[in-house]
Formats: sequence, structure tokens, C-alpha cells
Amino acid sequence: MAYRQVVILFSILVASFLIYSFYLYNNLPFKPSVINKESLNGKDIWQEKNCNACHQIYGLGGFLGPDLTNVYSLKSPEYIKAFIISGTAVMPKFNLTNNEINSLLAYLKSVDASGNADPKKITLNINGTISN
Amino acid sequence: MELSQTNNKSLSTNFFALAITMLILGISFGLLGALQYAIPGFLKEVFSFEKVRPLHVSSVVFWIILAAIGSVIVYLQEFGQIKIYSNKLLRIQFYLFVVSIILIISSYFLGRFGGKEYWEFPPIISIFILLAWILFLVNFLKTIKRLKYMPVFVWMWLTGIVFFLFTFLESYLWLLPYFKTNIVNDMTIQWKANGSMVGSWNMLIYGSSIYLMDKISGDQKYSNSKIAYALFFLGLINLLFNWGHHIYTLPTHGYIKHISYVVSMTEFIILGKIIYQWKASLSVAKKHFHLLSYRFLAAADVWLFLNLFLAILMSIPVLNVFTHGTHITVAHVMGTTIGINTFLLLAFCFDIFKDKITLTNKWKSIVNTSFWITNISFLFFWCTLILIGILKAKWQMNQTIVSFSSFMIQLQPLFYVFFFSGFCLSIGIIVITIPLVKAFKMKKVISHDFSN
Repeated sequence: MAYRQVVILFSILVASFLIYSFYLYNNLPFKPSVINKESLNGKDIWQEKNCNACHQIYGLGGFLGPDLTNVYSLKSPEYIKAFIISGTAVMPKFNLTNNEINSLLAYLKSVDASGNADPKKITLNINGTISN
Repeated sequence: MELSQTNNKSLSTNFFALAITMLILGISFGLLGALQYAIPGFLKEVFSFEKVRPLHVSSVVFWIILAAIGSVIVYLQEFGQIKIYSNKLLRIQFYLFVVSIILIISSYFLGRFGGKEYWEFPPIISIFILLAWILFLVNFLKTIKRLKYMPVFVWMWLTGIVFFLFTFLESYLWLLPYFKTNIVNDMTIQWKANGSMVGSWNMLIYGSSIYLMDKISGDQKYSNSKIAYALFFLGLINLLFNWGHHIYTLPTHGYIKHISYVVSMTEFIILGKIIYQWKASLSVAKKHFHLLSYRFLAAADVWLFLNLFLAILMSIPVLNVFTHGTHITVAHVMGTTIGINTFLLLAFCFDIFKDKITLTNKWKSIVNTSFWITNISFLFFWCTLILIGILKAKWQMNQTIVSFSSFMIQLQPLFYVFFFSGFCLSIGIIVITIPLVKAFKMKKVISHDFSN
């Protein structure tokens, strides 16, 4: 294949990718909401304790623990709090302060409000696509 | 295709030695993680899974990128009969990786996280990796300027290096409040970056595998052929646009999913090519099977076929609804990182260090047995993960009946099979790396030196 042809094709693909990427950055699925400080603190704790190693959000993460996308509405804040404080047979106690636990709950509440991760509620279309 | 031999210790050996160290560490942490699935609560208070998993993932990621870099450095010089632009940059690059690895492992042991998958360490450490990669890019660009022409594998290396840098930076966009404040936005960009990043290091590895195939066959027809370029561009399109299959179930833009679905289906062309060339590949395999490097290339070909088939199925959104969030995804990840990436990287190692590896008959037999133990136990390992994934998919569709913890207890016998097959697989791989470790220790003569 001629060098020039390769360069042209390569450039077209790279340019398309950059346009796609920057279009997406400018048109994110959700307009950035007003920052909920407590929820953001909770997100930081989620990352600092690496909760994602065992738990999933929208099916992404580790598989040792359950998916927590909608745990806030499926269970209750008290239920989640009890688990965080006592740990389980598999999960250690993380000795979080009350403020940290509340922030984590605020984060899980915001995750829950973002959508539904239950695969049973997804509509399957005949052309192979899905509708959330 | 050989460069002149010198008595200086090659810098590339350092990359490979560090890579093999990371592989062995990755395997060990992986085994420990598997044991924590089989024995719930094992080492829960002192070394729990949130530490073990990132230790496993990061070690394996470093094995892949360090061995891929080492192979590119050696093969680029071997192909062009030129020396790398700067040994000094390469040395700095290597030590930047060493510092980042020490900091990352220490932070995980201390339970200090703060990042996101695949980079769970505190974000500040990423600066070392970023600098190391920029040096790699500079060195690579300056070196390829002196090439007389660029076959497809050089294009693949270039693509891999440039897009790794782009996606690595992109994977830290979450630090900006604009991306961070909404979970769906954040996850969309995170998996855009991660999906393409995997494609980037695959480009480095697949580029080297094309070079090695040409080298073994003794001509460079393929790496300059139209079909090679067509498949390269097909791979590039997938690297750039198929990342959306990670987030089909996320309530993000529909067009992301549709683009990804259509692009992913083009992988059927690659699958078709493998099936079409199956018979020819078999006769070539018989001819070269005595070469350790070729043996791993052939094994990677079989695993590529199996994993590509699985990947295509998982990329169909209606099927992805069932496989997503299950161990079928893990089977796919393990299949590609072990069956394809690790086997190809081992093939490069055995080719690059072949002059330093002299196996006695006893060792030939040990390595041969280990090769088969690795592949057979890996097949069990892979199938067990798929079976667990199918059961998880079934549970996800009926989860009101059995709680998560009860379901995990039901899976325990399968987790034992998962651990045991993983154990055999680990032993197989570790034994295979022993001749390589011995070769790294030899100070005398390395066939691909590039010291100025």
C-alpha cells in the first residue's frame, strides 16, 4: 500500500476520532449539575477506599460484592449504614466516621437517581439494540 | 535481521526483567484474589480484596506495557538496522517506570487509593507514567525518522504509542469538575478512555507479532501487503470507535452505543479471515512448532479465535444485557490478557533471548509439559468463568429469589475449580519463565544491543 494512501487514511481516522471525542466532551449525556458537595465527598471516599474493587456501578467494577447502583432505593440508608459499620463475612470494617458514612450515602443516592441498572428493566429490540 | 552483538548489558533486558517480575507478582496476587473468592473472608482484616485486586490488575498491566515496550525497542532496531535515538531517554524512561511501580505497590499495600480502574492509585503518581510515556514517544519518533520505509507493524507501534498517551490523559479527565459532577458523564468518559487504551497496547503487541511472523517465515511480504493494511485500519477503527460496548447498559447517549455496535460487528471480518486461513495456519504451525516463540504465537492464535468470538457476542447489545456485570466479562478479560497478550509477549521474549537460552533435554521436556499444562488449565479456567458468568446472568434476571450472599455461597464449588485451574495455570507460566530469568542474569552477549 502506498505510503501516501496510508497517511491520508490514518489522518482521516484520527481526525474523525478527535472530532467525535471533543463533540462528546462538549455534549456530555447530562449537563453538569450543581455540585452537591456531600455527594462529591462521598465519591472521593468511594475511590479512596476502592469500593469499586468489589462492587459495581452499572455492572462495572469487581464481582466479589453486589452491584450498588440502585441499592439506595432498593434497600434503605439505614440498611446500607449497618453494612458499612459492621462489615460482612467478606467485607472488612472500614472504620469510617459518621460524616464519611453520610457522604457515602449521599453519593449512593445520587448514583441511584442517575438511572436504573436492573437488566430485567431493559427492553430488547429485534435489531439487536436495547432501550434503557 | 540481527544487530551486532556487544558485551554491554542491554537496556531492553531491564524492561523484560522488570516485566517478568510484574508478571510473577500479578499471577501471585491473582491467585490470592481467586482464593478470596473460594474462601469468603480469607485475609479480610489484613489484606482484603480491595487491595489484592488492584495489585493484581496493575502488576499485569505493567507486565503487558513493559514487555510491549521492550519488544518494540528491540524489533524496531532489528528491523531498521539502526540504534534507538537516545539510550539516555530510554534509561530515564525505565527508571520512571521503576519509581511509579514502587509508589503504586506501596500505596496499595498501605490502602491508599483515590484513582479509578485501571489506575486506582493516588492520581499524583500517574505523572511518572505520563513522563515515561512521553519519553518513549519522543525516542520512537526520532528513531523512525531514520527508517527507509514504514511497514504495517511500524504504523501499529506508532498508533499504539500515540493513542496510549491520549487515552491515558483522557482517563484523568475525571479530575476536572466538569466531568466529575455527574456519574454517567464520568463513567462514559472513563470507559471511552479505558476501552481505547486496551486497543492501544494491543496495537503495540500485534505489531510486534506481525514482525515476528515475518521474521520466522523469512520474508516481509505480509507486512507490506494490502490485506495487512486493511486489517490494521479495521483494528484502528475498532480501537477508536468500539469502546461503547463497555457501557451499553449505562443511560448515556444512544449514538455511542449504536456506533460501537456497528463498528464491533466489523470484527466478524477478522474472525472470517482466521477461519479462512485455518488450514494454511495449521501447516505453518506444524513446520515451526519446535520453536518456543512460534509455539506461543500459535497458541495465541487459537485463543484469539475463541476470545474474538466471545467478544463479538458480547458486543451485540441484546446479548450484552445478559453478559454485562457477570464473570463472562472476566473470562473475556482473562482470555485476552493471558491467552493473547501474555502468550504473544512470551513468544517475543523467547525470540529475543533465544541466543541466551540453551535448554537441556530435561528442561526442554519441562518447558514442553508446562506449555501444555498452561494451555489446558487455562481452558478449564476460562470455561469455569464462563459457566459462573452464565449462572450470574441467570441470577441477575431472577435476583429477587436468592440474595447475593446466598448466591455466592452456591457458586463456591465453581470458585474452587476456578482457583485450582488458576493455580495450575500459574505454575505452568512460572516454570516457562525460568529459562528467561536465567537468560536475563547472563551478563555475556545479548543479541539485540543498542548501546551507543
